[in-house]
Amino acid sequence: MEPIIKVSNLTAKFDSTTILSNINIEIFPKQITVILGKSGCGKTTLLKNILKLYTPSAGTVEMFGQDITKMDEESLETILQKIGMLFQNGALLNSLDIYNNIRIPLEQHTNLPDEVIDRMISAKLKLVGLENAEKMLPSELSGGMKKRAALARAMILDPNILFCDEPSAGLDPVTSANLDKLLLKLKKQLNMTLVIVTHELASIHRIADHIIFLENGKVGFSGKLAAVMQSNNSDIKNFFASGKF
Amino acid sequence: MKTKYILPESLDKNSVPQVYEQCSKNEDLLYLDFSRVVSIDSAGVALVDYLKNKIPQLQLLNISDSITETMQTFKTELVPETDSRKENYFERIGEKTVEFAKSFKEALFLTADISFWSFISIFNRKGHRKGAVVQQSLLIGVDTLGIISLLSIILGLIIALQSAAQLRQFGANIFIADLIAIAMVREVGPMMTAIILAGRSGSAIASEIATMKVTEELDALRMMAINPVRYVMVPKFSAITICMPFLVIWSTAIGILGGLVIAVFYLDLSVTAYMTEIFEVLTLKDILVGLSKSIIFAWVIVIIGSYFGLNVEGGAEGVGKVTTKSVVVSIFMVIFFDVIFSLLYLGG
Repeated sequence: MEPIIKVSNLTAKFDSTTILSNINIEIFPKQITVILGKSGCGKTTLLKNILKLYTPSAGTVEMFGQDITKMDEESLETILQKIGMLFQNGALLNSLDIYNNIRIPLEQHTNLPDEVIDRMISAKLKLVGLENAEKMLPSELSGGMKKRAALARAMILDPNILFCDEPSAGLDPVTSANLDKLLLKLKKQLNMTLVIVTHELASIHRIADHIIFLENGKVGFSGKLAAVMQSNNSDIKNFFASGKF
Repeated sequence: MKTKYILPESLDKNSVPQVYEQCSKNEDLLYLDFSRVVSIDSAGVALVDYLKNKIPQLQLLNISDSITETMQTFKTELVPETDSRKENYFERIGEKTVEFAKSFKEALFLTADISFWSFISIFNRKGHRKGAVVQQSLLIGVDTLGIISLLSIILGLIIALQSAAQLRQFGANIFIADLIAIAMVREVGPMMTAIILAGRSGSAIASEIATMKVTEELDALRMMAINPVRYVMVPKFSAITICMPFLVIWSTAIGILGGLVIAVFYLDLSVTAYMTEIFEVLTLKDILVGLSKSIIFAWVIVIIGSYFGLNVEGGAEGVGKVTTKSVVVSIFMVIFFDVIFSLLYLGG
């Protein structure tokens, strides 16, 4: 199977500090890939480099077979329309209510009629359990609700790839489990590829097909969930043992 | 028109506009045929739900299990909007009046709070950070010297230039010094300094306090048993009270210097004659009125900045809104208090 994302020799530096060093990973379509590691190991930086929100110091990122690091703005926009991103803090536009926040991509990138747009927004909000939040401003929502509203926005165009930066952080266990069910549904029914940064062990066990473990800015492990559990790497062992007391 | 519509292979956001165009205009439509459909996304499901709602007798034919499953996931039911009663004109006026009275009361309480703790802080330095007043004085006072100097000299030049042409016609050249002295000391100096401070320091105070409120820093202070008014606002209040009179004296002096340039080079007055006239015309009362109103303006700026900062709602958006509001209201209140001072000292 051809990878949908291929990161080769990626290095990311902030001034003289190296955050990511020589990263080589492949992400395959219709799978849920979980990126994990200790706080500060470079997970979010990796995600933002893959999405060209940061420009890598060295290396290439191929998405849908094209190197996006050297891509012009117009071509990149075409790629970005096939991608959804859920940011760590939601990143909703504070000046717009939830309905209009979710409407932005539909309005900008499709010719869909208003009747269909309204129903799509309503369906996505229902999926994340925010049926009655359409008219609310982000400032009127709790942290968890903001995150769910942001997820509705990220998946409104049914993207080919959905990136999620800590989707379950700040959610109660029931909502978190429901969110995992939703992510699995998206994978199965829309053939979506999901790249998820998370620390939640329960969530990892529920959804992960492929694991990428980062340690000190390098790939410590990349493989199936079952294989990671057998790893002799002490950091990985400690990470997975941290949930057991 | 046909009663059956065969849907395309992929019913997604790209094909939906065309299908919508054809189906929504077809009044005879009774069947949607899914026999060719291989994939469907949420836009496709929304369209099918919309058509089912519009045409109750519509039937879906040859639909596969996987499509049914996806349709179940993205199923839409629009909740009809409830018509909320519109408030009438009098209700809105009443609501605004109550809101204004409430805000006024809150602002008065805040004024009392800041004044009380500022008075206490003269005798007891506990409760605010060491060096905070000096730091705030540098921010509010020293950092604004440049812009105040520039605008004061320009205003001095303009006022003198505009008046010089008129005074020259009557041979009353020397009265340029009287005009500049009275205008700068009693009006332009305090007013212009206050407006600059409202724009520069007032907005900074409002946005700083609003950001602290939004990021729960003020709550954190309270939880550490530290009074936020005393810790955050009192140093600003003390600093602006100390700095404002000096800034006004500086602004007035620079303005008078601007007038001197016109008096010497345009009206051919000597420096000595101009300065002698200035000192002769100015009374202690003029200087005291100018300085006392400048202190009131300074308090207005800090209290309004703090009030709006504390009443921020929402996140980053709210911070921007209260900052703008605080500048507008501060400038309005500075002018309002200036009018009151002018009325109080109308006689001379």
